Amino acid sequence: MKKSVTVALSGLNVVDSPGPGISVARALKESPDFDVKIIGLAYEVMEPGIYMRNEIDKTYQVPFPSKGHEVLLERIKEIHAKESIDLIIPNFDAELMPYIKMQKKLADLGIATFLPTEEQFDARLKGNLQDFGQKYGISVPKSVAAFGVEDMLRKIDNYTQYPVMVKGKFYEAYIAHSREQAVYYYNKLAAKWGTPIILQQYVKGREYNVCALGDGKGTLIGAVPMRKTYITDTGKGWAGITIKDDDLVEMARHMIEQTQWRGGLELELIKDERENVYLIEINPRFPAWVYLTVGAGQNQPADMLKLALGYETEPRTHFEVGKMFIRYSYDMIVDLQDFAQFSSTGEL
Amino acid sequence: MKSVKLNENVAVSENGFVFNAQKGDSFSTNDTGKIIIGMLQKGHDTDEILAELLQQFNIDGPTLEKDLYDFLKTLEQLNLLSL
Repeated sequence: MKKSVTVALSGLNVVDSPGPGISVARALKESPDFDVKIIGLAYEVMEPGIYMRNEIDKTYQVPFPSKGHEVLLERIKEIHAKESIDLIIPNFDAELMPYIKMQKKLADLGIATFLPTEEQFDARLKGNLQDFGQKYGISVPKSVAAFGVEDMLRKIDNYTQYPVMVKGKFYEAYIAHSREQAVYYYNKLAAKWGTPIILQQYVKGREYNVCALGDGKGTLIGAVPMRKTYITDTGKGWAGITIKDDDLVEMARHMIEQTQWRGGLELELIKDERENVYLIEINPRFPAWVYLTVGAGQNQPADMLKLALGYETEPRTHFEVGKMFIRYSYDMIVDLQDFAQFSSTGEL
Repeated sequence: MKSVKLNENVAVSENGFVFNAQKGDSFSTNDTGKIIIGMLQKGHDTDEILAELLQQFNIDGPTLEKDLYDFLKTLEQLNLLSL
């Protein structure tokens, strides 16, 4: 008989740019070791996961991270009093730092987390990625942070050339082929995500992604490389396939060994025509396509659950090549009373 | 005789679906393409492939040689083999 555990997680926004919460929840529900009750942590009433009762057993509304982590901690204490949470998995980039800062207090309450350290989190920020690459011997395209339009144009002239990648602090990236495009994308990204904006050398090649898990002691517990086979108008992968490329797995192993990364992550990589691998970005949590790791034979969220609760888990090296994910949209029918209950009480 | 090397990560199914496991690319080929890729996988050189195709199809040698070369060039451009 499997042991019962309760896991709270966020990222229930399975919309056109989906959060990873539902994929993580599905993976945990298929854990071979635990019978997992999933508690959803939602920020807004229209996050579809709130109403997906097969995946999420119960959902609570929580305050935005911008309200400060003390406010969030108080809310978690209320939820914990009702649900006895064993583990919390934050799935948004923007909430990771508040959770990293709260992890000691959460541990005192008996709630586990499995997060990178503050230093690891900061080191892989887009603006710090070049230093990160130098420190750990990883090829990274030249990148520099820009704090204003004039600053950006000067840095493009001094450090790189067109085309150049113009990237938001947290999300979104565009290729600018001219000064005018760079200014347009700067303003667009700064208005949406704030500054700095990151300028990155454009590397011509094929883009790949790796979903991986590190145990925090330098061991790669699992890694699955994937190539997106369908990309939406907004640049999101809507389908992908697992591939056999040892260079990509090796990059994940090297990065996790060197940094002693703790937790799930996604590497965004580009391979140029000479087969050189460049690290473009590190997302410090599981990606929305993490359920593909389950399909390919590596249930990385379930392995992370074991690690977080103090159990041993063996590193996995095998995965099935040629496994695909294809997303779809689906109209749920929701009773008004469910919507009303969540809107008024913050629970469903 | 020319030896060509098919990428070791290339798989072809019975219905002509070609998958490059390293790149994640997939393609469809016809029966003739299937024969050629199948023979490449078994290590046959171009002379042996030409001889086999001449036996199976009603076509003159020079035309077949040109078509085979075009097909191999296409496979190379698709990262499926090295010429």
